[in-house]
Amino acid sequence: MGLTTKGGERVGAHRPRLAEGGSTSTAALIGKIALLGAINALAVYGLLTAFAVGDWGIFGFVAIATVVADYVYFSKRVEAGKYLVPGLLFLLVFQVYIVVHTAAAAFTNVGDGHNLEKPRALEHILAVSEKRVPDSPLYKVAVVTGSDGTLELLATDPAGQVTVGGEPVTEGITRDSSGKATAVEGYRTLELRDLTTRQEEVLDLRVPLGAQGALRTQDGVTGFLARPTLRHDPAADTLTDVESGKVYTASHSGYYEAADGSTLTPGWTENVGFDNFARVLTDTRLRGPFVSVFIWTFVFAALSVLFNFAIGLLLALALNKTGMKGRNLYRSLLVLPYAVPSFLSALVWTGMLNQTFGFVNQTLLGGADVPWLNDPWLAKGSVLLVNLWLGFPYMFLICTGALQAIPAELNEAAKIDGASAWQHFRRVTLPLLLVSTAPLLVAAFAFNFNNFTVIYFVTGGGPNLPEAPITLGSTDLLISMVYKIAFGGAGREWGFASAMSAMIFVIVAGISAFGLRRTRSLEETYS
Amino acid sequence: MRLSKVSTLAAGVTLLLTAGCGGGGETAAPSAAATPSGPAPGATTIVEPTDGPVKRAQADLVIWADDTRSPIIQKIAQKFATEKGVQVAVQQLEFGDIRDNLVTAGQAGEGPDVVIGAHDWLGKLVTNGAVAPIQLGDKTSQFKEVALKALSYDGQLYGLPYAIENIALFRNTALAPEAPKDWNALMDNALKLVKEKKATVPLGLQVGPEGDPYHFYPVHTSFGGGIFATKPDGSYDPSQLTIDDAGGLAFAKALESWSKKKLLSADLTLDIAKEAFNTGKSPYMITGPWSTEDAQKAGIDLAIDPIPSAGGKPAAPFVGVQGFMISANAKNKLVANDFVVNYLGTPEVMKELYDTGKRPPAMISVYDQVKSDPIIAGFGAAGDIGQPLPSIPAMDAVWTEYGHAERDILLGKGDPEKLMKQAAEKIRAKIG
Repeated sequence: MGLTTKGGERVGAHRPRLAEGGSTSTAALIGKIALLGAINALAVYGLLTAFAVGDWGIFGFVAIATVVADYVYFSKRVEAGKYLVPGLLFLLVFQVYIVVHTAAAAFTNVGDGHNLEKPRALEHILAVSEKRVPDSPLYKVAVVTGSDGTLELLATDPAGQVTVGGEPVTEGITRDSSGKATAVEGYRTLELRDLTTRQEEVLDLRVPLGAQGALRTQDGVTGFLARPTLRHDPAADTLTDVESGKVYTASHSGYYEAADGSTLTPGWTENVGFDNFARVLTDTRLRGPFVSVFIWTFVFAALSVLFNFAIGLLLALALNKTGMKGRNLYRSLLVLPYAVPSFLSALVWTGMLNQTFGFVNQTLLGGADVPWLNDPWLAKGSVLLVNLWLGFPYMFLICTGALQAIPAELNEAAKIDGASAWQHFRRVTLPLLLVSTAPLLVAAFAFNFNNFTVIYFVTGGGPNLPEAPITLGSTDLLISMVYKIAFGGAGREWGFASAMSAMIFVIVAGISAFGLRRTRSLEETYS
Repeated sequence: MRLSKVSTLAAGVTLLLTAGCGGGGETAAPSAAATPSGPAPGATTIVEPTDGPVKRAQADLVIWADDTRSPIIQKIAQKFATEKGVQVAVQQLEFGDIRDNLVTAGQAGEGPDVVIGAHDWLGKLVTNGAVAPIQLGDKTSQFKEVALKALSYDGQLYGLPYAIENIALFRNTALAPEAPKDWNALMDNALKLVKEKKATVPLGLQVGPEGDPYHFYPVHTSFGGGIFATKPDGSYDPSQLTIDDAGGLAFAKALESWSKKKLLSADLTLDIAKEAFNTGKSPYMITGPWSTEDAQKAGIDLAIDPIPSAGGKPAAPFVGVQGFMISANAKNKLVANDFVVNYLGTPEVMKELYDTGKRPPAMISVYDQVKSDPIIAGFGAAGDIGQPLPSIPAMDAVWTEYGHAERDILLGKGDPEKLMKQAAEKIRAKIG
């Protein structure tokens, strides 16, 4: 038909930008300086805050980003940078940082029980290991300070005997109605408000009282005898149970571990190298499900894009007819599903598709008993249907835009050449439409490949597959399967989840790269 | 083109990661807001000291509470602040978010001094080193034993108990004037009412898309057994899962028969059950104190009874205990301990807390004061035979599979005993 002419270029591609024309005017210059001033002010605030909390990573990034931004917008040499810098900065913050962070986490065991740095984990273990001596007496205490300013515990035991710093006193004691010693001569009694700045000192007070343990207080009012149940040996990095003599050694699994396999909590974050990846590849329980879930994920993403695009395009074509009455009203109505938060729509759909009580079965189908979400195959269809509801307005919008960008003369040329409506669509409209929409279709595929929201809220991955070796449902995508594996056991395993996410990323990235390469050839053919 | 490729790929990555991070994304913001140095987005009020020489940053007692309780806690804390000359801030969070935020904030050594929490969070909080043990001293005898047992972990007490919650049988006295003697009496009456078109839902026992082991548990225990066997010290033993023992299998078979008789339905969700009960279309519902207010507002003449036994043994619901816990990373531990143990742990304050939320009190003297209320007494009677909801981390591995098994049995997806055994095997593999 000889239609692959220069006319395929999109209208407006070379329209001069209004902003360029005005960039030299004084008003624009003032505007630019004001805007950059505001950004710099914000950056200084950010720098001070980062400095205050000692976060040098953020400090460095904000400093460099501000210098770069100032240079780019004040210099005349880097014209292209003016368009690229904001995008690149956002790319760094919202994408690259997260990718790097996730990739780094994939090589650690971070997760429940392994969230802390080792020194803090040890500190916590030792703090908790100091236990009250069973059946020991309780003391009423007050915190007092001597002439030299050191803190002491003024303790009254159940028999009414009073000690200061472990030394018995008998004279100069002031008692309250309960018999508790509240003050003693030679010392000043401190109230809670006086202690707020010296809390650590009070909490660290240990007054040896007999062989059982040391007197300590947690609230400044009641004292109890406590003794440590674990002893730390810094040289060997071991913890020894004082009573049983059991030795816990710091192990590479990020725990203090005894010979019998018992561990002390909390553990700490430890680098585990490729262990997480190895676990994904070697766990036999994952192998079978992985293949079937991968196929379904691929089918789900492909069919979602196909259906959404087909319906969106059909509606866009129908509403592209000039002179149609109420066209804008129809267009607005069609975009409505897009305006409702997707998780909300998903939940409403779940309710409507309920087999026994749902609107679809009860009202639309007059009391039918269709297992929309309870049958494996129908559930697959149902999530595709819900995803269609959620996704077609987007396709409708981009197709409407792309249709309007097809030059009118091409349509006329087709008419003059005597093309039928189908030929016109197949040979003119669709190819030109695909040039601009194909990259978006690839993006939509990548999006749906990981469409956690729809699956999580509509079916939760179900209906459940009782025979599967792991927790798995018929509509689970790879990403929701990862979620169930990493977070469905005894505790959340962020490191393991990151490793699996990274592997899915490789799959999606591969498919997207292939798709975009194909898109480019499309562009070359038709432009 | 090259740039768009990069951004398309990056878009894919972000989606992937945000999806993979699930709960993680939400937790970041409020935890950053938890630093006591400034009025953060989550803060509802900063109570100014009326009398105090101490600087704000040093005397800040920061409390995290949910929306239903932060007003009363703020009021109580204000009195404490005035009395002691310290400064208190109450930050409002979603109840369910408090647990994860405490862990996230703890990773950075940040967070509040005191949180209001549920005892079944302890496994997660203790394993992550997020909470500190407390000493109640001679106050221990003032609290119900089940409450203290629930808030203990590895032999240490981690919170001041304040309310005990458990489910019970809600009964619409207009449809069911008598408390059912046993499960069969309940079933006969319920099915009769449905047959006579006086009710649409015979029994409001919610299932939902993933099953609901929490609400089914008392029915299970009435056949004997439960989720975990107990160790000699009374704590749950994660290595001994018992959902597929003789009692569990009898329960599984019973579920199948009730589904066939249409007493239970796998499609019944909380919303549907509640709607039916509150509009007088359901005679019975198994639910907790959180449903009381709505039912009474809807004008239902409500009675609360213990859950009738289906298998001959006591129907023991899970008992959940709510309490005040102290963060392991509290900046002001001394003030926090004084506030929780000596100030909150008094009958006057506990009564005040009860008056606002009407949650069954954990302090014995306060419970005795209010047990003349038939609703409170009803929950108390149902909970007296209850078992603490397991707080061990292994419990996280149980919920999904155990719930799926129950739901699959109700759906008639196969032999009930086999489904329960399959679930048990998967849970054992997860616990490892």
